[in-house]
Amino acid sequence: MHTRSPAKQRSAPNPASRRRFLLDSARTAGGVALFSLGIGLYARQSTSQPPQALRPPGALDENSFTGACIRCGLCVRDCPYDTLKLATLDEPIATGTPYFTARDVPCEMCDDIPCVVACPTGALDHGLDNIDDARMGLAVLIDEENCLNFQGLRCDVCYRICPVIDEAITLELRANTRSGKHALFIPTVHSDRCTGCGKCERACVLEKAAIKVLPLQLAKGELGHHYRWGWKEKDRAGSSLVAPDRRHRFNLPEGQRYDYAHEGLIFDGIGNDPDASGNGSPFGDDPLSTLNRGIREAK
Amino acid sequence: MKRPPNLEGRAGANAVASKGRLRANTWLLARRFSQLSILTLFLIGPWFDIWPVRGNLSSSRVIDVLPLTDPYVLIQSVFAGHSPESTAITGALIVLLFYLLVGGRVYCSWVCPVNMVTDAAHWLRERTGISGASQLSRTTRYWLLGATFILASVTGVIAWETVNPVSMLHRGLIFGMGMSWLVVAAVFLLDFLVSRRGWCSHLCPVGAFYSLLGFHSIVRVRADARESCDDCMDCFMVCPEQRVIRPSLKGADRGIGPVITSPNCTNCGRCIDVCAKNVFRFGSRFRNYANDAKSREHSNPSSGVEVL
Repeated sequence: MHTRSPAKQRSAPNPASRRRFLLDSARTAGGVALFSLGIGLYARQSTSQPPQALRPPGALDENSFTGACIRCGLCVRDCPYDTLKLATLDEPIATGTPYFTARDVPCEMCDDIPCVVACPTGALDHGLDNIDDARMGLAVLIDEENCLNFQGLRCDVCYRICPVIDEAITLELRANTRSGKHALFIPTVHSDRCTGCGKCERACVLEKAAIKVLPLQLAKGELGHHYRWGWKEKDRAGSSLVAPDRRHRFNLPEGQRYDYAHEGLIFDGIGNDPDASGNGSPFGDDPLSTLNRGIREAK
Repeated sequence: MKRPPNLEGRAGANAVASKGRLRANTWLLARRFSQLSILTLFLIGPWFDIWPVRGNLSSSRVIDVLPLTDPYVLIQSVFAGHSPESTAITGALIVLLFYLLVGGRVYCSWVCPVNMVTDAAHWLRERTGISGASQLSRTTRYWLLGATFILASVTGVIAWETVNPVSMLHRGLIFGMGMSWLVVAAVFLLDFLVSRRGWCSHLCPVGAFYSLLGFHSIVRVRADARESCDDCMDCFMVCPEQRVIRPSLKGADRGIGPVITSPNCTNCGRCIDVCAKNVFRFGSRFRNYANDAKSREHSNPSSGVEVL
């Protein structure tokens, strides 16, 4: 059988050696604590994801991701388009974790999402089975001053390349005040459909992209949790929630009403205006009669 | 007296003289072969687009079927608050079982790529005649091991992996090094200039973790022929964990058996190589009797390896 080493058989260690042991332990513990402090601070900083680095589809939020990803690179290996890279020490993102740069190689949004399947730990959420539900980031048209469409040109490249065209990016019409007669076709991103694949940023024809995919926590605002949009709540409830709906009453003369939908002011008594054509409107069919009435009243 | 930095005076010279160059380096060569083969298996994929193994030592998939995961990094991940998927857990259990049997720190001397770096640094340290023992305590690694778990749970990040030279080197070789070589260079310089066997035998928490797996492992180095030891000290000189040999080699009088039972023995087998008297051999942890004749009763001392 095993025999215990002599050190363990020794009974009652002398005080000098005990003191030395305690001192040595304290010294080691102190050194390790100092070293750990450095690593800890560095590790905390590494969770501040830089805006140009996007995580693969299904990645947990950045704080959970850096605790879940064991930096094995299996997602990198199984990406058929060599989109993903593992961060090295000098890059401003947690060492060894996977990321991609949309402007270099965007995500091609494979239907079978091989990177997520490859992840052994679930740092890429295995619950993601439809790539359209991925939220790698959010495209933001960040530089309106240089975007060609904002100048009234029909570049449209970001809109055309978008894998979720007409849903994630739409073109919204706006008047071109510079020319006074043309339309601006404004590329507009919709966060409920944009997966953050980065193809728009990759495709932007400018020297530096005017549309950029940003990590969600940078790109998205968040409504105060107690905020409610009145009109939506009203729609949902079927009626006003604050007070029973009551028709607003204008202080109108006898025989006049106001139509809320589209007709405007309505005269109930027909023919009470001598110049009116009898259709209840204060304006006659003949524009001249209205004008003459004005001149007559001025006299 | 200072050992002169020439080949004849170096540890192992006697073994080379009596056994020949090859037999005096068998296990060293086997180890290098193992380390380089494992690295090559990982590199064949990116180099030739044939994929026997994907991933790296943190987690990998062998022939697209077998998952392997480093249990140490997975435990840190759990400390960081993550519940891993079953693939990683299965992989970790397989690795865990393997090292529980063959000796935890077999990882250090047969698999870990940093071992080649620190062995090179140590070789250079010896050749340039830099002497002196390490000022670091060998328990530092266990303090660090504990610290890595605490750091993971406090920061919610696998903090150690942001600086770990072991995974950084392996990952760097396979996926691209970037500036990570600086950390590896730091380890090299530490072992070369600052502290004898500083990294692997004093600081590395990865090795510390694997040593804990090796407490009851079956494959062990045994000093079965310890009565023929001529006190040349060569085994002591080459051993990266110098404390582990002495009890079993010199403990016959105190009732200690010939098996090197310390979990910090890395099973590197260098002591077997350099011993001109063939005192050591690989064997099992069983039949560890102070009475040497009884220890050897059922084994064949001439084979060098005991069939398990």
